[in-house]
Amino acid sequence: MAKNDLQGTLELLILKTLAQNTSLHGYGIVLHIERVSGELLRVEEGSLYPALHRMEQNQWVRSQWALTETNRRAKFYSLTVTGRKQLTAAERAWEQTVKGVQAVLHFA
Amino acid sequence: MNLLRRIAALFRRSSVDREIADELQAHMAMRTEDNIAAGMSPAEAARDARLRFGNPTTARERVEHVDIATGLDSFWRDIRYAIRGYCNAPLFAIVAITTLALGIGANTAIFQLLNEVRLRSLPIQHPEELVDIRIIGGNQGLGVSSSFYSSLTRPVWQEIERNHEPLSEAFAWNFDFQNMQIGANVNDVHAVRTINVSSQFFSTLGLEPAAGRVLDAEDMAAACTGSGAVVSYAWWQSQMGGRAITGAESVVLNGVPYRIVGVTPPRFFGLAVGENFDFITPLCIPKNAAREFFDIGVMGRLAPGWNIDRATQWFTAASKGIFEATLPQGYGTKSTEQFRNFKLGAYAAGSGVSRLRHDYDASLWILLGITGLVLLIACANLANLMLARASARQREIALRMALGATRARLLRQLLLESGLLAIFGAFLGIALAQVFSRLLIRVLASTDENLTLSVHTDWRVLLFTSGIAVLTCTIFGTLPAFRAAKADPIHALKTGDTHAAGHRERYSMQRLMVVLQVAVSMVLLVTALLFVRSFRNLMTVDPGMRENGITVGGFMYPTSTITREHFEDFKHQLVDEVRSVPGVSNAAIVTMPPLSGSSWGHLVSVGSREGDSRFTWVSPTYFATMGIPIVSGRGFNDNDTANSPRVAIVNRAFVDRYLPGENPIGKTIRTQAEPRYPATLFEIVGVIPNTLYTDIHEKRIETMAFVPARQFPSEADGRSTQMVIASSLPSAIISEEIKRNIRAKHPEVRMYFFDVHERVLKSLLKERLLAILSGFFGALAAILVMVGLYGVVSYLVTRRRNELGIRIALGSTRQRIVSLVMGEAGRMLLVGALIGTAISLAVTRSASSLLFGLKAWDPATIAFAITALAVVAFSASFLPAFRAARLDPVDALRRE
Repeated sequence: MAKNDLQGTLELLILKTLAQNTSLHGYGIVLHIERVSGELLRVEEGSLYPALHRMEQNQWVRSQWALTETNRRAKFYSLTVTGRKQLTAAERAWEQTVKGVQAVLHFA
Repeated sequence: MNLLRRIAALFRRSSVDREIADELQAHMAMRTEDNIAAGMSPAEAARDARLRFGNPTTARERVEHVDIATGLDSFWRDIRYAIRGYCNAPLFAIVAITTLALGIGANTAIFQLLNEVRLRSLPIQHPEELVDIRIIGGNQGLGVSSSFYSSLTRPVWQEIERNHEPLSEAFAWNFDFQNMQIGANVNDVHAVRTINVSSQFFSTLGLEPAAGRVLDAEDMAAACTGSGAVVSYAWWQSQMGGRAITGAESVVLNGVPYRIVGVTPPRFFGLAVGENFDFITPLCIPKNAAREFFDIGVMGRLAPGWNIDRATQWFTAASKGIFEATLPQGYGTKSTEQFRNFKLGAYAAGSGVSRLRHDYDASLWILLGITGLVLLIACANLANLMLARASARQREIALRMALGATRARLLRQLLLESGLLAIFGAFLGIALAQVFSRLLIRVLASTDENLTLSVHTDWRVLLFTSGIAVLTCTIFGTLPAFRAAKADPIHALKTGDTHAAGHRERYSMQRLMVVLQVAVSMVLLVTALLFVRSFRNLMTVDPGMRENGITVGGFMYPTSTITREHFEDFKHQLVDEVRSVPGVSNAAIVTMPPLSGSSWGHLVSVGSREGDSRFTWVSPTYFATMGIPIVSGRGFNDNDTANSPRVAIVNRAFVDRYLPGENPIGKTIRTQAEPRYPATLFEIVGVIPNTLYTDIHEKRIETMAFVPARQFPSEADGRSTQMVIASSLPSAIISEEIKRNIRAKHPEVRMYFFDVHERVLKSLLKERLLAILSGFFGALAAILVMVGLYGVVSYLVTRRRNELGIRIALGSTRQRIVSLVMGEAGRMLLVGALIGTAISLAVTRSASSLLFGLKAWDPATIAFAITALAVVAFSASFLPAFRAARLDPVDALRRE
């Protein structure tokens, strides 16, 4: 059975976001998810950072302090090779979950 | 150290925290800016940002927790966490660190000694190029050898000095005790340690003087008549107060005056490890140096392009010419041929030469092995402790895993915790080792006045200790850590059962460790018992003569004016005077006192049989003094003089070897000629039983012949004699009495005394040390095993509480419960003992050369060791078994 939970979903979103953008800070990730999802998904900003840090400890992402376009110092995150693998696995797990949930919902 | 670490941790922690705060701050600021750009007022914008973000403090704390629980960056935090954990369980930490410190300390101490006597290089330039030139296989008892380090004659050295192609430089040296005159009277003397050296000594070793100068060619030219001398740094500091060397101060050594011209470097202790020196003086080689006196050593520095093998080949090839040119005159053909066939070889001498190394090398390696095994047992105990601790921490570990910590992360934390213990243990261990090794040296030095050994904590020692620490840490820390990190968090959290995860596996690992401990302690016990029994055997050896209450006295009168023909008269006068001293029951002249470590022999032929025999010249009262009976024939009397036929008394071994099955009385012994000992015919007049000769360790009884002192060859006679003195008074008291009496009559006589029994006890020091230390470590091992077994059996009982409760409820008797539990311990003991016996048999064989009067595979010893372990196992498991038997079944069942 595919394992999934809310934490996993947030991680999946972050991974995907970082895969599409080479390097982003936390706020940028939030903006990206909100924009791309057409404001359907709202990231709970307080939960974002524990997730990012956990992912960094797991070496899915790496971080670096740099300047934003408005010249503000911020911590930029980017995907590692491990992170890319994790993304593939997480995407597959998500598809399984969606399939499973849909199967249940469409059961008649 | 600790303080620094704390400061660093504080600094680091605050920097990590600041980073998190900065990161969150930046997020809020960017959101606020965007809000303002979208048209909000600044206050509204900030409010919105906060609302979206949630409580910033909570967010920060959550991030921090993630970092702490799973962080790769929090090394210092881990250490703080580990220390805090140990502070919460101080008993565990104290037991673990003390065990490790003792174990590591004992190992380091023994290693320090080994390093000192074996591994360290001489403090000279390029010690690896230094070689010792010796006769391959030694001189086989030919001629006269004066000390452990002297292996060549002076004429041989002169040959080598003339031509030594493989060596860029070479020198001869000997170590000697000389009498330094300390008063106006020539007989007011004090023994000092002198190294006599040839001219290239300093340049070969590359020694630069600490003050003044080294010996030069002028000193060498004046070697025999008085020249410059160099003192050791220690002597310069202690006896001369380190004052400037002017060349004006002088000393008189063995009657020759020397000017003190320089000081050797502080670290230079001479060439013999463990035996320091006071003076270095030029080696005097008289015109007609004796060709049969092996009393110097030769060393040299390999020339560029030469190695030890090639140098040995060169010297072996050159040997024929060298020994042909230095043949001693006056030997029989056989000995002369033997001398001619000597071959020289080159041996690495970079770590100096050492009698100590020869005596203690094997023992020290064995002790290192023993302490290593004890440490292994201690590690097994610690591993069990760690396992127990790990099960207690199961929930904590599960929680951290649930928070997202990887197994690698947890493993790191657990290994760091055990590593921390090992580091503390190692530091304490190094400190303890300084005490241990000095204590050992003090014990060694208490019986060997000439031993001066200082221990150093050099890179080898530090490397060894850190190696040991890493090893122990791996042994006691890794397995428990892997077990703990393998735990399934969900299961552990759900049930709250502290033994939930893989308890079967862990339990069997604990058993495995107990089996290992039993096996190792079995080896230690067998070793200890062998050494203790061997020592007892030596202590109870019957030397075949009186050993208690015998004092050996040496009497020297080099300044006396008596002439050669009156030497023996004077000696007999002296012995009569000694015998008349109140308290002396008997005394006799003897040329080689028994059990003193020296020996004297001649080649003999008896009828058609040829061989060798020990020879001792004694006055008539010798056999009565030593309590040796004459079993057939007669003893010596005053009619056996220089002018009467030569007679001899031989021991049983002599008869068995040269006259088996014959009546020895009246048979003739012929000795081969030697310099100053002409070929002589002796008629055997008496036989004594076998007695020991030089040493209590002798396994083969020497063939011995005794000859009347008055028939001693006058060419070999000198102005000194030795006596054995029997008295019921303590040696020290009777020695003083004799000294006073003799000095009153003959002020020119110098005297020294030693107690034979004491000398024998001293010669057993190595065995005593091995017996005491191995016995101590064997007992320690047994105690450690008892603790370990007790722990495991108690754990077993707790684990099976439920099952035992059911058994009792179903009517199982108390005895059956006890035997059930103890049977478990018994099985572990059996397996351990079997493995242990196998290992012991393999291991103790290497120690057989150190055993006396018993073999390495000694069934009685093994049986005793197994019995001892059985007692240990019984006492360790009885209490838990008893507790199990008194289990209240209702209570036990309710608890699960």
